[in-house]
Amino acid sequence: MPPLGSLSQDLDRRDFDWYADKLVEILVFAGGFSAIILILGIFFFITREGLGFVFSSLDIVEFFTSPRWRPTSELNATYGAFALMAGTASITGMAMLIAVPFSIGAAVYIAEFAGPRSRETLKVLVELLAAIPSVVWGFIGLTLMNSLIIEVFDVPVGLNILNAGLILGLMAAPIMTTIAEDALKAVPDHYREAAEAMGATKWQVTRRVVIPAAKKGLAAAILLGVGRGFGETMAVLMASGHAINIPGSIFDSVRALTATIAAELGETAVGSEHYRALFTLGIFLFTITFVINLTADIIVRGTRKR
Amino acid sequence: MVAAPSTPPPVVEVNNLRIRYGKEVALQLDELSVVPNEIFGIIGPAGSGRTSFLKAVNRMDLFDRSMDVEGSIRFRGRDVRTWKNVYSLRRRIGVVFPLPVGLPLSVYDNVALAPRLSGVRAKSELNDIVERCLRRAALWDEVKDRLSSLGSLLSGGQQQRLTIARGLSQDPDLLMLDEFSIAVDPVTTMRIEDVLKELKQELTIILVTNLVQQARRLADRTAFFLGGRCIEIGATDAIFSGEVKDRRTTDYILGRFG
Ligand SMILES: Nc1ncnc2c1ncn2[C@@H]1O[C@H](COP(=O)(O)OP(=O)(O)OP(=O)(O)O)[C@@H](O)[C@H]1O
Ligand SMILES: [Mg+2]
Repeated sequence: MPPLGSLSQDLDRRDFDWYADKLVEILVFAGGFSAIILILGIFFFITREGLGFVFSSLDIVEFFTSPRWRPTSELNATYGAFALMAGTASITGMAMLIAVPFSIGAAVYIAEFAGPRSRETLKVLVELLAAIPSVVWGFIGLTLMNSLIIEVFDVPVGLNILNAGLILGLMAAPIMTTIAEDALKAVPDHYREAAEAMGATKWQVTRRVVIPAAKKGLAAAILLGVGRGFGETMAVLMASGHAINIPGSIFDSVRALTATIAAELGETAVGSEHYRALFTLGIFLFTITFVINLTADIIVRGTRKR
Repeated sequence: MVAAPSTPPPVVEVNNLRIRYGKEVALQLDELSVVPNEIFGIIGPAGSGRTSFLKAVNRMDLFDRSMDVEGSIRFRGRDVRTWKNVYSLRRRIGVVFPLPVGLPLSVYDNVALAPRLSGVRAKSELNDIVERCLRRAALWDEVKDRLSSLGSLLSGGQQQRLTIARGLSQDPDLLMLDEFSIAVDPVTTMRIEDVLKELKQELTIILVTNLVQQARRLADRTAFFLGGRCIEIGATDAIFSGEVKDRRTTDYILGRFG
């Protein structure tokens, strides 16, 4: 046995590994911290531009309940965002109606039923779909979908909730599929084998064991899709018709919050009332997407704990 | 008319079985049969092919692409590979794995899963099955107040017994246990062993075990697997009193093994 003196020296010595470890710790901390600073910075910027307006001249009741978004009116500018909110909500709702069954179905197929070959192929295809820029989707909506909807449903205008919802649904589905598939894959195989050994069919195993075990991850996938729907701008701007409207049917054109900001911000004078009203929309959007992402995050965290 | 004196047909009947993983032969069995209402013990050192045998009976070879089964295994007279509906085969055979698998469902749903799969819907009937199976697996007293908590959160030994309860809930003709006591304390092990002795009235049991004495306590007949071969099959009493064909059997039982 070594004498105690040298042993206790050993326990206190800071060697190269110790310093390397500390250095990495500091670097990683700096990296993470700067990301937080950036997000706070963005939040601060948006708030500074919009919040003054919220407190000075914005009529909160009007903002949330009036469908009249007339920021350019000379005499009596009104800032009712209700129609824009309805537009965003209806497009997102439509999109989820399409994307949820598609993406969950695709994820279940890829994770549970597909053979190794088709699984790899499908995953590559899904990732490819996720990489299509939103302007291209918007273009498809503007041209292909537009005429298709006019023809199939015999309506005068094809740029509407249905169109934007379809496009947005197709856009959100790949990322939702990927996340949902990860959630299903995270369910250990020995659960599947134990259930199958009892005589459960593939589908019974999926329905009774795998999906319940992965339900939090699946919920997170859906929520991230919703977040995507709220935040998407370009494709929605192009496919929705961009008309201020409280929608009565899926064939009505609507205008989304994001599209409004994108379309109008360039034409406003910096610091004007209109400019600051658009930032207020930004705060509203930011808050909603933040809450959605936070919820998704909390749900996923819940899964990891188990 | 005088009934011909006949032994009942075997539950499991094996002929010229060969199990391989890739090129490597894991088990070669010329002949083996398990008769109704017996406990058939299989002992042998690690890697002797016992788990592979159970997998082949239950057609779990389908889970593993590299696993290849040749020859015939007949379950109740019919080759398991000719059962078109492999699910109905598996429902008749309960398996308890060496590593406990509490499914990530509630304790109740774990045990109610198999009856539900086979179409039981009535709440009261499910309640009865769940309670009976948990009692038989010596788990009821510990979980009766937490039936709705997650099965995967129970302790290792509790999950092991939950797995046994699940195997019983299938109401199987054949129960295959693979080292069931690996994570269970001695007292509980004894309780489950008593249950197995009772259960033998109703069903047939194949018991793979690393505990030679467990085979001695429970098995009517015992087989000794070694290096992928069945060296010995015989009445447990005979084997343990030294009436063996192969000396290595006695060596293994007495722990005189290299
Ligand atoms: N999935 C597999 N892939 C490849 N080889 C395997 C696989 N499973 C088992 N084997 C091999 O087959 C042989 C028999 O294994 P098996 O699991 O049947 O033995 P066992 O008697 O159950 O042993 P243990 O006491 O360790 O459980 C071993 O040599 C093992 O390495
Ligand atoms: Mg084994």
